[in-house]
Amino acid sequence: MKAASHPMIEVSKVSKFFGTFQALNDITFDVSDGEKVVIIGPSGSGKSTILRSINGLETIDGGRISVGGMDVSHLKTDICKVREEVGMVFQSFNLFPHKTVLENLTLAQTVVRKRSKKDAEEIAMELLRKVNIAEKAAAYPAKLSGGQQQRVAIARSLAMNPKAILFDEPTSALDPEMIGEVLDVMKNLAREGMTMVVVTHEMGFAREVADRVIFMDHGRIVEEGTPEHFFTSPTHERTKLFLSQIL
Amino acid sequence: MLDTPSPHTPIAVGDGAAIPHKSDAGLFTAWRIAFFGSIVLCLFLAFGRPDQYMAIFMFIPDGILVTFKVTLGAILLAIVFGLIAGLGRISSNRLINGAASLYVEVIRGIPLLVQLFYIYYALGRFVKIPDILSAIIAMAFCYGAYMAEIFRAGIQSIPKGQMEAALSLGMSRGQAMRQVILPQAFKVVLPPIGNEFIALLKDSSLVSILAVADLLRRGREYASETFNYFETYTVIALIYLIMTLFFSKLISIMEERLNEGR
Repeated sequence: MKAASHPMIEVSKVSKFFGTFQALNDITFDVSDGEKVVIIGPSGSGKSTILRSINGLETIDGGRISVGGMDVSHLKTDICKVREEVGMVFQSFNLFPHKTVLENLTLAQTVVRKRSKKDAEEIAMELLRKVNIAEKAAAYPAKLSGGQQQRVAIARSLAMNPKAILFDEPTSALDPEMIGEVLDVMKNLAREGMTMVVVTHEMGFAREVADRVIFMDHGRIVEEGTPEHFFTSPTHERTKLFLSQIL
Repeated sequence: MLDTPSPHTPIAVGDGAAIPHKSDAGLFTAWRIAFFGSIVLCLFLAFGRPDQYMAIFMFIPDGILVTFKVTLGAILLAIVFGLIAGLGRISSNRLINGAASLYVEVIRGIPLLVQLFYIYYALGRFVKIPDILSAIIAMAFCYGAYMAEIFRAGIQSIPKGQMEAALSLGMSRGQAMRQVILPQAFKVVLPPIGNEFIALLKDSSLVSILAVADLLRRGREYASETFNYFETYTVIALIYLIMTLFFSKLISIMEERLNEGR
């Protein structure tokens, strides 16, 4: 069902209301295969909302979102199918506390992908090694530091072989000394060519990894461009103000 | 908007006997005095006053068995009713939600004794099933409504991010509920369910007014033959007390084990 001409993720004219508050206002952007897009903006600007809309955790009130050619907002679309293809990493990790690290990685593989327990465990161990946390496979999430938990969460989402991963402020709940280890894992993923949409306040990461930066404010896209353009010569006053506050 | 996975806040629903707390430590706790006191008193009555009491102790054991049967059967069935109704209460389907809410509201608004009569005779009118089974169904139907609230609260106490994480991995809502939410919720609801079990054990004495020969009814039968009302009900009360104290201790031990588990 995946037409080659389609971008991986297509967001067009999306609007969303929470009651009378307009969280998203006419949002349009594409993410092509292998592209890394970083969305930045002040809190309440709608950046998390657009990310959550892409995998159907929020319903949109207008416009259209499609992922790999599947229309997310269409009622007939099996939203589970979309989510199988798009991983998500949350600010608060959301590991399953009643399962070990290994089981966190194997659960969806066996339940959704119908892999055998053995295959799922092999894939899981390989990914845990990749995020440098294989030694904690048998531990419960509560015994792990925040940075370790977030690395496990990334591995958990990778275990589904997603075509793209959405990161919703993955380092915002972490102590400063743990941010680096999570960003390193994300940079590695970027190098391997994973399609990524990242909502973050880590400007260093945006500068280094992003192919494109999107700046949002009050539910709108204010400015969009390459990191060089964005950080050295932003056109909009709002962007300049934001960057002067955050850098 | 950070909802860190916090340790689950305990939920307090139910009106059962006080489950002994770990902090009530020491040799002479209320629980120990009551439990061992009643056992000693039973032994003293049976062997110290055998002519009045021994016969009572000989007469009622099959009643204890029936009380257990009713309690166990009713709690298991009530958990099933409660889980279904509790899931219904959080369903976004308005019809299911409405039906579950109606069940809970109606049942909680009618005294248990009245419901017991009603369901027992209603069942008796349309189907032919053993008395004890009607009693179990009637008790379970009532307790299921309270259990529904426990399950609802338990499920809602699990952070929203858990469901979202499961969904984002491609699980359906049902899979997420079974694999992720319910296993965590069961741990939260176990203490209140223990409370309900003890409350149900005591309330099961109500079935004695139906034609079910439980502990209390056996006592009544004995008393009405011998006119030893005081002696008989002393024994009945002691036995109920020993049973509830025993189970509340068992539940508190289970709870501690569960907390140590992680």
